[in-house]
Amino acid sequence: MSVRAAALPVPLLRPGGGAAFRRWTERESVFSWLMIVPPLLFLMALVGYPFVYGIWLSLQDRPVAHAGTFVGLRNFVTNAHDPVFWQVARNTFVYTFCATVLKAVGGLGMALVMNQVFPAKNIIRAIMLLPFIVPTVLSTVAWMWILDPSFSVVNWAMFQMGFPKPGPAWLGNPYLAMFSLIMINTWRGLPFYGITLLAGLQTIPPDLHEAAVIDGAGSWARFRYITLPLLMPVIFIVTLFSVIFTFSDFQLVYVLTRGGPANATHLFATYAFDIAMSAGQFGLGASVALAMLPALAVVIMGLAFYMRSR
Amino acid sequence: MVHGHGRFGKAIRLWIPLGFFLIVTLFPFYWMAITSLKPNAELYSTKVMPLIVHHPTLKHYVDLLTETSFLEWTWNTSIVAVVSTAISLLLGSMLAYPLARMRFPGGALIAFTVAATYLVPQPLLFIPLADIINRLNLGNTLTSVILTYPTMLIPFCAWLLMGYFKTVPRDLEDAARIDGATRWQTMVKVILPLCTPGFISAGIFAFTLAQNEFLYALIFLTNTDVRTVPVGAITELVRGDVFYWGQLMAAALLGSIPVAIVYSFFVEHYVSGLTSGSVKA
Repeated sequence: MSVRAAALPVPLLRPGGGAAFRRWTERESVFSWLMIVPPLLFLMALVGYPFVYGIWLSLQDRPVAHAGTFVGLRNFVTNAHDPVFWQVARNTFVYTFCATVLKAVGGLGMALVMNQVFPAKNIIRAIMLLPFIVPTVLSTVAWMWILDPSFSVVNWAMFQMGFPKPGPAWLGNPYLAMFSLIMINTWRGLPFYGITLLAGLQTIPPDLHEAAVIDGAGSWARFRYITLPLLMPVIFIVTLFSVIFTFSDFQLVYVLTRGGPANATHLFATYAFDIAMSAGQFGLGASVALAMLPALAVVIMGLAFYMRSR
Repeated sequence: MVHGHGRFGKAIRLWIPLGFFLIVTLFPFYWMAITSLKPNAELYSTKVMPLIVHHPTLKHYVDLLTETSFLEWTWNTSIVAVVSTAISLLLGSMLAYPLARMRFPGGALIAFTVAATYLVPQPLLFIPLADIINRLNLGNTLTSVILTYPTMLIPFCAWLLMGYFKTVPRDLEDAARIDGATRWQTMVKVILPLCTPGFISAGIFAFTLAQNEFLYALIFLTNTDVRTVPVGAITELVRGDVFYWGQLMAAALLGSIPVAIVYSFFVEHYVSGLTSGSVKA
């Protein structure tokens, strides 16, 4: 393209400070930073500052609506001597581990099923995602009613099949409550795995499978030596996200059990909420929330390592 | 994997598991729907077969809409979701554009910071944020959530948009620059319009996340008139120990419908938003 008059508007119009300013903003690094500064300031004010302030709070005895006093690591020592804190830690790990494994295996199953040819595929895929898009609290309320102590439809069905009344207390028994939470978390998170792994499956070139068939590979061998290895990067990154959001889950527990019975289902997030919001101990609550940090840091470092290796 | 041929094999490989997934996925929604249509006498009876509605009634819906602030909560939720999505798209694209298309000192560090910010979960921040919102006198205002939702949405939007911004060929940008367009004009008139699908994906995803949010709304919004649907439903349709199951289910269904409608129009965009981080990364 030839250079038209419009190509040189800056020097022609105003050869003063305005032009110099415009030349300055046209520099790549200056333009970049001018763009980046507003969102960066926003994130620093509302993520960076609260994060640091949270650490500062965790070092204080800080009842709500009172000034705090610096107590050093005393909150962390209190936690270390608190059996409930360790129970919460154990609950969080069990919950995260079981739900993540179930979601990964079930999601892989869902993806393999959905990767076949069948009618109305797009509509079915859209329906499968519903648990993931609908507000979690609202679908959890439905689960609460499904597991209601007196009118549970699950217990009704079990009774019809010959189990004795009144049936299990799904949210009242410590083990069953944890089991129920894990199942409901899996129900909600499965589509994220399923649909993402499906997208991953669709990037695998079909000729690989065709060549393997010619070489006499059975369907298990093809899954084991073609599909799974090629899907591994996607599985890794989806699991990473899933671990973080399961580990820091709040809504399910808050709605279904509030951490009960007898703290059997408290997770870090709900326990920190109880201490800070219900008992009004901001400092101690902040220290419980910060206890999530080491495990999260490991996961985030995993991500950094992964990004670098690719 | 199953070695099956013909109809039998297809049933085992496809129809049976597909049916299972569909039933498990949809049952809670079916249960919401029929519970919301049952009269109380039927809801709280152990003698009636519960899987269908024997005497359907709209009473729970009428009560929900006339006796509670449900419509106000819906309005609040929509305002909050729309405004925080708009803020997140604007600020997110301001982050993503230079990161995707320009070289500048500190770029790699910023890119990593954005990714790490996305992974900082809310429960790590809600206690200090509660204190900050209080000190700013923003408690019980929609502003409190409109300001805090973008903290989780901006990194996500930026991450997603970066992928789209990178796909626009460099030649287009060079051509515009040779024609005398400034960097700003090049961005606004040439590159951004080509990335409309990216904005739709990021927008739809951010919108559903904002509709979904619970923790910040629960903490910051304690007055009825500023509550969002999830918080209103769980705090006001449960009075003491009494659960208004019919109204709760009606609220759950009505509260899910706007998200589901918006989602159904943009399923493809939503899916590409969902998968972009992991499949294309």
